[in-house]
Amino acid sequence: MLEIRDLHATVDGKEILRGINLTISKGEIHAIMGPNGSGKSTLAKILAGHPAYEVTKGEVLFEGRNLFELAPDERAREGVFLAFQYPVEVPGVSNAQFLRLAYNEKRKHLGEEELDPLEFKDLLAERAKVVEMDASLMSRSVNEGFSGGEKKRNEILQMAVLEPKLAVLDETDSGLDIDALRIVSEGVNKLRTPENAVVLVTHYQRLLNYIVPDHVHVLYKGRIVRTGGKELALELEEKGYDWIKEAAAGA
Amino acid sequence: MSTAVKEKSIYADAFREFAASREGEPAWVGRLREGAFGYFEELGFPTTDEEDWKYTNVAPLVRKAFPPAALGRDEVEVVGVETFVSAEAGRSRLVFVNGVYSPEHSSREALPPEVTVEELGAALAGEHGEVLWNHLGRLSGERGNAFEALNAAFLGGGALLRVPKGVVVEAPVQLLFLTAPGETEAATFPRVLVVAERDSRLDLIETHASTADAEYLTDAVVEVFVGEGARVTHYKVQDEAGSAYHVAATRAEVSKDGTYDLTTVTLGARLSRHEIEVVLTSPGAACHVDGLYLVGDGQHADTHSLIEHREPDCASRQTYKGILDGKSRAVFNGRVYVHEGARGTDAQQSNKNLLLSTDARVDTKPQLEIYNDDVKCAHGATVGQLEEEELFYLLSRGLHPDLARNLLTYGFAEEIVEKIRFGSIRAQLDEAILNRLHARLEA
Repeated sequence: MLEIRDLHATVDGKEILRGINLTISKGEIHAIMGPNGSGKSTLAKILAGHPAYEVTKGEVLFEGRNLFELAPDERAREGVFLAFQYPVEVPGVSNAQFLRLAYNEKRKHLGEEELDPLEFKDLLAERAKVVEMDASLMSRSVNEGFSGGEKKRNEILQMAVLEPKLAVLDETDSGLDIDALRIVSEGVNKLRTPENAVVLVTHYQRLLNYIVPDHVHVLYKGRIVRTGGKELALELEEKGYDWIKEAAAGA
Repeated sequence: MSTAVKEKSIYADAFREFAASREGEPAWVGRLREGAFGYFEELGFPTTDEEDWKYTNVAPLVRKAFPPAALGRDEVEVVGVETFVSAEAGRSRLVFVNGVYSPEHSSREALPPEVTVEELGAALAGEHGEVLWNHLGRLSGERGNAFEALNAAFLGGGALLRVPKGVVVEAPVQLLFLTAPGETEAATFPRVLVVAERDSRLDLIETHASTADAEYLTDAVVEVFVGEGARVTHYKVQDEAGSAYHVAATRAEVSKDGTYDLTTVTLGARLSRHEIEVVLTSPGAACHVDGLYLVGDGQHADTHSLIEHREPDCASRQTYKGILDGKSRAVFNGRVYVHEGARGTDAQQSNKNLLLSTDARVDTKPQLEIYNDDVKCAHGATVGQLEEEELFYLLSRGLHPDLARNLLTYGFAEEIVEKIRFGSIRAQLDEAILNRLHARLEA
């Protein structure tokens, strides 16, 4: 589904990614871990097309197509989704209105009929159950005045509505208490199918107790320095990141 | 200099003719007229040398020397008046076409008999003389600018609204000032006096619109007296023709525990200037003064407002938002003046502007003048473009860039729109915003 080849990227002229190689197949869950500043979030944002980052070398193929030839909105309609680490507040635009517009953009793209507000309301009510989202949050402005946990749940609700092929979750676990973490994780698990793939970008192992990855990659200084199964995450939890840093320095 | 003199003489002739045509009015009205015209001649039209008019040049409209429409001989047929009527005010409205009261388009059916909603000419001649004598020109007279003086000199078209003590008027009253352009480019001088007595309630919708594009001048003055414990909610929708000039003053005085809420919507006119003054005269008085200006290519919209806290424990809130596109210009000058004795004042003011074009320009100046320590005051102004992060967020959910931009622009305006109680005004605004954005997409 996704093939990243020798990806280099900079922000404000500073090189953050220095040759990432990664292949993700449908049905898989990949965790990308690493210490702060290793480039995890940069990778997530580049996949979504954030304008602040510049790709200087390498390529990314999404279902065989060059991802970088697609604008951010085109990527989204093709099925790439980024759950933001810091979801953005959009004053004056209601959550339900926003979700319906986004959903209909995708329907149009697939050549399907758009849903009117009433039809969409039913669909939204059903999808909201996935993250136990309160109906009162639908009529409020997008993320405005939401608690940290509500914002993260709202991201997963958007994922539930848009049903992406590839979902990249950027530190979705940060700032969540244990109950919210469980709800968000269960939501992501419910949305899993053999046809889609999930990339979890996280600093901590605890999310991986709930969403079990098939592969764990450790990112350090812009490169994947180690890849393993879910046991690698446990090892990191136990030993921290220092041994990775030392190994990388020694190599 | 010679131009100014010439313009004055044009209005002098017009004034003599107009005054002569108003025979039968009470003598005090004639004196008010004369006094106002004398004051106008003394002031002359403002120039950009004056601090208050620094950013707004009225020379083009002064050069035009629009003659009063009331002196015109044009017979204009008006069609489609209904499209300008707010649905909520279908049976509680006064309609004026080219400054002249139009009984066939007006209706008082939904208004209780004890409420006075009367055309000004009739009111001046009739039983309401005393109310008028007591109030007319009290807020606008000596404090007014040259345009207000000119309005008083050509006083005639407009309305008296009086709500007696304790009466709640359920239906909003709409005053529709419609211009139906004829062959002459003319000026109208709408004048409104609102007297809401103790513990009364009134919703007012003041609409300025045109059936077709033309150059003309609307010079409007509205005075509002809010009595003890009374509440007046006032919506002003300025949707004049794109080539028109609109100069207006809204002056209100709020008594103890009274509330005056004004929301202005500025959509039309090549050049518009709105001067607002709200004086909170006694403890417990409060006001909201909100507004949205939506200006496109070639438009200039100026809002000057003054909110005065004279006595303790009064509250004022002001939120003005502007969306500017093309080569347009907006001016916001908002003063909040807290007098020495006004302890416990609570005042907030903000002005936010969204520039959709690099050719658009805003001059914003919020000012707080506070002459005592025991106050809670805040103000601020912003001028900016759409937020990159917000835009990216919407794009990342699959919204096309045009839709994403429109949605954010719409969201910016929504803070003002959503507070408007009447669905017809909200719908009109939504349409105007979407049309404006649509026009932009096609350009």
